[in-house]
This record gives sequence, structure tokens and C-alpha cells, in this order.
Amino acid sequence: MALLGAEVNAGDVLFRGVAALFAITIVLVLGAMAIQMWVAARPSIAHSGWRFIVGRDWDPVRDSFGALPFIYGTLVSSLLALGIAVPISLGVAVFLTELAPPWLRSPVSFLVELLAAVPSVIYGLWGIFALAPFLRNHLEPFLGKTLGFLPLFQGPHQGFGMLAGGIILAIMITPTISSVSREVLRAVPDSLREGALALGSTRWEALRHTILPYARSGIVGAIILGLGRALGETMAITMVIGNRTDISVSLFAPGYTMASVIANEFTEATGDVYLGALAEIGLLLFAVTLILNVVARLLVWRVGRAPEGARG
Amino acid sequence: MIQSLALARTSEATRESARTPARPSAAPDRPKMRAEALRAHFGKTEVLKGITLPVESTTVTAIIGPSGCGKSTFIRCLNRMHEVVSGARVAGKVLLDLQDIYAPDVDPVRVRRRVGMVFQKPNPFPTMTIRENVLAGLKLNGLRPKDTEELVERALRQVALWDEVKDVLSRSGTSLSGGQQQRLCIARSLALEPEVLLMDEPCSALDPIATARVEELIHELRERYTIVIVTHNMQQAARVADFTAFFYLGELVEYDRTDVIFTRPSEKKTEDYITGRFG
Amino acid sequence: MKERYSQRKLVDAAVRGLCLLATGAALIPLGLVLYYVTSRGIGGLDWAFFTELPKPVGEAGGGMANALLGTLELVGLACLFGIPPGVLAGVYLAEFGQHRFAKLVRFSADVMSGVPSITIGIFVYTLIVLRTKSFSAYAGGVALAVLMLPTVTRTTEELLRLVPESLREAALGLGVPKWRATLSVVLRTAAPGIATGIMLAIARVAGETAPLLFTAFNNAFWPTGLAQPTASLPVQIYTYAVSPYDDWHQKAWAAALVLIGMVLILNVAARVLVRHRVRSR
Repeated sequence: MALLGAEVNAGDVLFRGVAALFAITIVLVLGAMAIQMWVAARPSIAHSGWRFIVGRDWDPVRDSFGALPFIYGTLVSSLLALGIAVPISLGVAVFLTELAPPWLRSPVSFLVELLAAVPSVIYGLWGIFALAPFLRNHLEPFLGKTLGFLPLFQGPHQGFGMLAGGIILAIMITPTISSVSREVLRAVPDSLREGALALGSTRWEALRHTILPYARSGIVGAIILGLGRALGETMAITMVIGNRTDISVSLFAPGYTMASVIANEFTEATGDVYLGALAEIGLLLFAVTLILNVVARLLVWRVGRAPEGARG
Repeated sequence: MIQSLALARTSEATRESARTPARPSAAPDRPKMRAEALRAHFGKTEVLKGITLPVESTTVTAIIGPSGCGKSTFIRCLNRMHEVVSGARVAGKVLLDLQDIYAPDVDPVRVRRRVGMVFQKPNPFPTMTIRENVLAGLKLNGLRPKDTEELVERALRQVALWDEVKDVLSRSGTSLSGGQQQRLCIARSLALEPEVLLMDEPCSALDPIATARVEELIHELRERYTIVIVTHNMQQAARVADFTAFFYLGELVEYDRTDVIFTRPSEKKTEDYITGRFG
Repeated sequence: MKERYSQRKLVDAAVRGLCLLATGAALIPLGLVLYYVTSRGIGGLDWAFFTELPKPVGEAGGGMANALLGTLELVGLACLFGIPPGVLAGVYLAEFGQHRFAKLVRFSADVMSGVPSITIGIFVYTLIVLRTKSFSAYAGGVALAVLMLPTVTRTTEELLRLVPESLREAALGLGVPKWRATLSVVLRTAAPGIATGIMLAIARVAGETAPLLFTAFNNAFWPTGLAQPTASLPVQIYTYAVSPYDDWHQKAWAAALVLIGMVLILNVAARVLVRHRVRSR
């Protein structure tokens, strides 16, 4: 058989080329997303300028576009969600890596994963018909009675509002934060863990003084990833937050988020400026989540890469 | 058919032939393969520093040397498997029937079809049955052999595996023992009827009994094939090889008939190594 | 000394208790959601639900057959547009991806998986809907495919990396071209794992609503073509849930039960596939 003949190699070249083509597609799609959003947002950027971010008045009829209520609502609901979800998620992560007996780990982590698998719109449905009434009739009156001296817990009990939004988001980001934290905790070398235990530490002491410090940046990364998810979450929160463009200190009051206003108004938006304003909100969301993701991944990546004993 | 008859000799006879001294270097007209000033790199590290070595036709050539001497890299250069690893480069020539396999217009895929390879750890394809494993080389190369059953039997008989697996041909290749897996991998290479068979420490993952089987097999195969075997086990080289090359730190220290290497080496380093003074 | 030891034990026990409590707290909503969806949805599941079109506002009865069909259509399109490119991109990263370019691709995929699904909706709207001047199943399928792409790519890459190098060498050593070795040996060996990842990705996009709102939109009638606005279960659930009609609420719960059933089946099946594979090793 002759050694010569390039036709087989041509197959390899072709294969590599096709694979590379699809790989570059991913980069192109991401780039195209940024460009398209920017192009779509340009009429609004030209029309509103900085007022877009600081303005409180959102009145499409009069071409007045101030997105502050949405930005505020997004931030407050997401921070509220983090406040609830972070301790719970870390508890879950620690339970699953450090405490749970081995036979329990895989069923429990499967259930936590299922929490992430439930579609957003179903959380929203449940939020409307189960969570909001519960908040209106039980939790909000209770909070109003016990913590009512804080402006956060004043005002009429409506069920639909910032509190409902925060709780729904917390449920939805718990699997994200806990599963990434679990990965991070798992990346902590066993030698550290065993070293601490061998010195007579209790599990908690080992965790607090050796494991958590080592994993700190990764856990911060996990939290940021959760924040990114909360900021961009759309359906569930749109269904329970009340969708009102007011800025109110009270968590009982209705609010509005960036993602929600896009979902509600995008198909009805008439005119370049209105559509552009919604696209600009989308662009802001895109940019913020992009930055959060980059930061979070760098942090998580650092724990996996850290040489043994380099930190902590 | 004659071939399989010839191979169906009793194991007694095989062991007999194993004891007969290696065939004399009956100066063949030309070597099957020949490395000329072969250099190989991993990134910036030079692992082969200009090797020139013939591989005589239908003989067994053993490459010995301490770990890190470049012996594995050397045989991986003989069928262009070295360059598969990223950052690996090769310079120099390797002639196969006088044709340089590193010439720019040579397709490495075709080289590998003529120069088969058996690896350190048995690596049957886990998704394939025993039968499919034997036929894998043909099927994956798009060949549709006519009489597959006969081909499978012949290949498995050649590696003396037929009697052990003939009733379980549809089982996964990974269900076999380590030694059986390695013989299956050899059968898989032989099914393609290569001219040269490269074996990279084929017994290092096997127990002594399985090792003995593979060594017997090598002895039989050299009737038909040109074999190059890398081994860290000097007794193994002495048992199976007609010629032996001793590598040290990426250089060829000495090459000669096996009996000469092991009884009257001309280099001090070779003597030190085979008498166990280092390595 | 002894005093302090028992105090330490106490703190340790308290933390253990809190972690257990947190895990319970995390799982309560799952139980509640499953309970509500099942108990409220089961009553709405009748023959008509699966076979009839929705009735106009005010009329009782009717079903969601068009939305069911639409969801299958959209998910099918998403698979068509999302899986082959995702798998091939993953193959590229695992088999050829040692260069800076591969790092960029990997990074883009990771970042893309964090992009809010609603912004993907806007992107596909400006890219396809504005150009074709129509909401369509195509647009919805593309939006879902963009959502799937990073997951499929990274899963494929990771699972291909788990395939031992020795198998690649075995195939190449037999004189098999690299493309053939990759497709018939490496990819085939990793196939069950990749299938698992893909099933999870499908489960995720099957329930997505936000990117469909302004791509596939909605449609009260049978889908007549892929270039038409297309109904889907998630969008229908949303529409019905925020409506003021009890009958529609009932339908929303029933649809939620069907949707969650699909998602659960995919998740459990993916799980079983993995376990089966582990056991057969």
C-alpha cells in the first residue's frame, strides 16, 4: 500500500474545520448579542442619555423613560433573595459535603437539583395562588406586628410585592448557589480537612478555620453567580412582584424589575424610542450579568487551581 | 489456512522454540525499517537525540533502557504516534521499505495501517464486543471484509485467545481479564495485517502467567511480522528478542544481536545496566 | 478544659442542626410546589385537555392540544439548531482545544450560560422576528437553541475529556483517521453521559417562557407551519395564570402538571442513564 495520499487527511482537516466553525459560532453569537442589543438600544440612548438610569418617570405615552424604578426593584428583590438564599444554600452545601451520611447525599442533591429544574413559570403560578395569599394573610401581618417599627415592614398587606419577589427568587437561586458552593467545598483538598480533624477540631471548627477560609473566594463566586441569576430571572418574579413603577421602602409594596418590564411591554412597544428603551434595559441586564459571570467564574476557578496550602 | 495450521502448534513445541537461541543476524538485504538521525521533542525538551537504528525484517527487536531514556518515544516515532501528543515534534527520517514516513506528502494514517501498535495498558474499546473489537480496525477504516467470522477466528487464534472466548464473542471487550484484553488488542492490530508490530511495554500491566502467554505469542508472530518491543524487563528482552538496542538519556548506546548484548556488550554503560548497576 | 470541650461539642451540634434545617428549608418549596401542581392540576386533565384547542374567553371547556404540540415543535427545533453545533463545538474544545482561541470559546460559553433568558429573547427578536416581520416557531426554536448551546458544548467537552487517552491512541494506532476515531470511538464511548447532559438541557428549555414571549409568541389555533406564531405550554400557563378567569386558572394548573411531569421524567431518566452506566462499569 502506498504511503502517499492526502484524501484521508482531508477528512481530518474538514472535520477540524467544521468543529472549529461551530466553536467560533459560540463566540459570534455572544458578540452578535452584544451588538444587536446595542444597536436596538441606540435610539433610547440618544433620546434619554443619563436620565435613563436616574430618572424615576416611566411614561411611554409622553416619551419619558426613566428606568430607575426597575433598577431599584431588580436590586432590592435580588438582594433580598440573596439574604434568604445564601445562608440556606451554604447550609445545604455544608450538609452535603461535610455532614450528610453518604447514602443520603445523592438523593438530597438530586432533590436540590430538581428545585432548579422546576420551570420559572410554575414557580410564578404557585406564587400567585399559594405564596402571595400566604404572605398577605399570615407572614405580612406577622412581620408588621413584630417588626412594624421598621419602615421595611410597613404598609398594607397585599401579598404581591417585593417580599414575594424576593422569596420566589431565593427559592430559584438556592440550587445555583448550593451546587456551586458544593463543588468549591469538594475542591478543598482532603488533607486540609483531615489535618484539622486530626488536631482534635470538631467538624464545625475544621469548617470554620480551615475549609471555609480556603474556599472563601469560590463561595463568593457562587453567591455572585446566584446574584446573576436573580437579576435576570423573569417569569416568576413578573408574576408576583406586582408590576408597579413606584419606589417604596416597604417590602410589602409592589415593585417592578428590569426583566419584568421587558416581558410585559416588549411586544406592545411602539416606536423606536420605546422599543429602544426596553432594549436598553436588556442591554444593561446583559452587561451586568456578563460582568458578574466573569468575576464569579474567575473566583470559582481560583479555588480549583489553588496549589495545596497556598492560602488559608 | 496454512498459516493457522502453522500457528496451531502445541504449546510444548512453542516453549521448545523459545529456548532455541535467537536466529543469527543473517544479514538481510535491507532492513524493514530504519531510523536515521531521529530527534524527538516534547515542547522544549529533547527526548531523542539523533537515533540511527535498523529494524530487521521478520525479527524481534527489543528496546531496553532505564525509564526516561526515550524508548517509548522512539517506537511511537516509528508509526507517527508521537506527534499525536500536543507539543510533540519529530525531526530526522524513519524509512519504511526505504520510504521516509516523515516526508511531507506522507499521510500518517496510512503509515499506522502498515505499522500497528500495541500499548502498555490493554485498551479494548469498551463500547464494542469482543468480535467488534477484533474487526474495529477494519470497520473504522471503512473496510467491509467478506468473511468476518473467519477473520475473527483467525485473528483470535493467532493470539491463542480463540478457545477462551469463542463462546462469548458478543460480550464486551472489557469483560476479559487483563492478559486476555492485551491479547485481544494484539488480535485487533493483527486483523489489519500490518507489516510491522510495535509493542510498547505490552506486559507491564500483566501478571506473570499472562506475560508468559504474550511472550509465547511474540515468538510465534515473528514468523510473519517484524516486531519492535519496548521493555523495561531485561529478561524479557533476552527471552523474546533477536536484536536488542540499549537506550540511555535519549541516545542509542549500543545495538547488536541479543545474545551479544547480554553476554559481551561492548559499552561500559550497557554492561552496567544489564548487570543491574543502575536503572 | 472539660467545660470548654462540652461547649465546643454543643456549638458543633448546633451547626450540624442548622445545616440540616437549611436543607429542609430548601426542599420545602419543592414539596409545596409539587403538591399544589398535582392536587390542583389533576382535576383539569381530561381527554379534551390533550385533544382540543382552547376555547375563547368566557366559554368553558377546550384544551391545550395546540400548546402541547407547539412545545414539542419548539423543543424539536431547539434540539435541531442547538445540539449538533453544541456537540461539535464541544468536540473541538476537547479534541483540538489547546489554543488561546479555545479558551475564548470556553469562556464565551460559560458567560453565555449566565445571560438572562429574556435578553436572548430580545436578541432573537431583533435578529429574526424583525427581519421576517413575523413571530414564528423558527424564532422560538432559535432562542431555545441559543439557551441550550453553552450547556451542550461544555457537557460534551467535559465528558469527552473523561474518555481515556488510551482509547484515542488505540484507534489512531489502528490507522484510523482522527475524525473517524473521534466520532466512532471517543464520542461513542462518551455518548451516554452526553445524552444525559442533553436531556437535562432539554428539560430546562422545555419549561422556558421568557425567551418565547416575543419569538414564538402565542397562537390560539393549531400550528400550521414553522413560520407561524406558535403556542407553547409555558407561555400558555403564563397567559392563563395572569388572567382573571377561574377556568383558565384551572387549565394553567393542569398545564403546569403536564409540563412538570415532562421535566421530571427527563430528569429522572437522565439520572437513571447515569446510574446504569456507572453500574455497568
